[in-house]
Amino acid sequence: MSTSVLLMIMAACGLVTFLIRLSFIAFGHHLPNDPRIAAVLRYVPPAILGALIAQEIFSLNGNISLASDNPRMWAALVALLVARVTRSVLATIATGMLALWTAQAWMT
Amino acid sequence: MLSSSLPLHANSRQNEFLAGVRAELPLLLGVVPFGLIFGVLGLAVGIPDWAVVVSSSLIFGGSSQVVFAQLWGAATPASVTVTTVGIVNLRHLLYSAAVAEYLREQPWRWKLLLAYLLTDEAFAAAIKRLRDGPVTPHRHYFLLGTGVTLWVGWQLSTLTGVLMGAAIPGDWSLDFSIALTFIALLVLSVHGQSDAWAATVAAIAVMPAMLLPHKLGLLVAATFGIACGLFMCRFDHKKG
Repeated sequence: MSTSVLLMIMAACGLVTFLIRLSFIAFGHHLPNDPRIAAVLRYVPPAILGALIAQEIFSLNGNISLASDNPRMWAALVALLVARVTRSVLATIATGMLALWTAQAWMT
Repeated sequence: MLSSSLPLHANSRQNEFLAGVRAELPLLLGVVPFGLIFGVLGLAVGIPDWAVVVSSSLIFGGSSQVVFAQLWGAATPASVTVTTVGIVNLRHLLYSAAVAEYLREQPWRWKLLLAYLLTDEAFAAAIKRLRDGPVTPHRHYFLLGTGVTLWVGWQLSTLTGVLMGAAIPGDWSLDFSIALTFIALLVLSVHGQSDAWAATVAAIAVMPAMLLPHKLGLLVAATFGIACGLFMCRFDHKKG
């Protein structure tokens, strides 16, 4: 039961994603060319990413942990700095993981 | 003139495709670790190994697959899961609009195939060539080259992640590298102060919003962030 449900939800997610990507390629002449839509879409990635990052850092097993002894928060701050300076995904992952392991060793 | 241009065109499909492959390869450096981690994460939330691999070709969008896995692991209603994945991938509307004019003359099978392959990284590597490169009848092969390269890289890295998953100790906290990937992507997507405000407000709003029923928190928080960005954009420094 749960396997077929999983596949169906996955397929629905795939279909929605595909239709978004197909939209203007296939039906561009029927879709509105409104600069306000582009203005809204511009803020979708930063807003989604900001919310996802906060969830990953501060949510532990469904509880919110805002304490200053949360090693993920300090590692994320280091990663944010590295990302701003290097603009490299790999450098951000590498230093962020090192910072997390250091912070974890320090705090426990 | 015609006789000399014919062999050139026959050749240029392959050339365009290979140029697309070459343009995509450096981007795989960031994609492969992401795929590995997604494979590990999918198993960790209780998705069967084969289904983790299948999701990479069915959904084929890294951050939306991560969100899908998290929502599945939290027993979220299907409607909320599909809507959230749709919002996460909504930015692809912009890519679709940007490449549409270069694919207008193509038959349906090309439009369907290239729409399926239209991801962040395939778009990023191809748009410069489509926009600024020479107008040739086979330039859509460049987008095919970037798209296929990313597709193969993504499938192989997820598969490897699933195979490695059981071997990686939980106390390495490797799931944190997903947050790190998002941090890097966020910094790259911030072009003005209003983008930073959108991210900050969404990050703050998600804390109380996490307590909402049916895992609606991400959608609500993103809506707050987008509204704040739209409000703050009037204070951005105008370019030029």
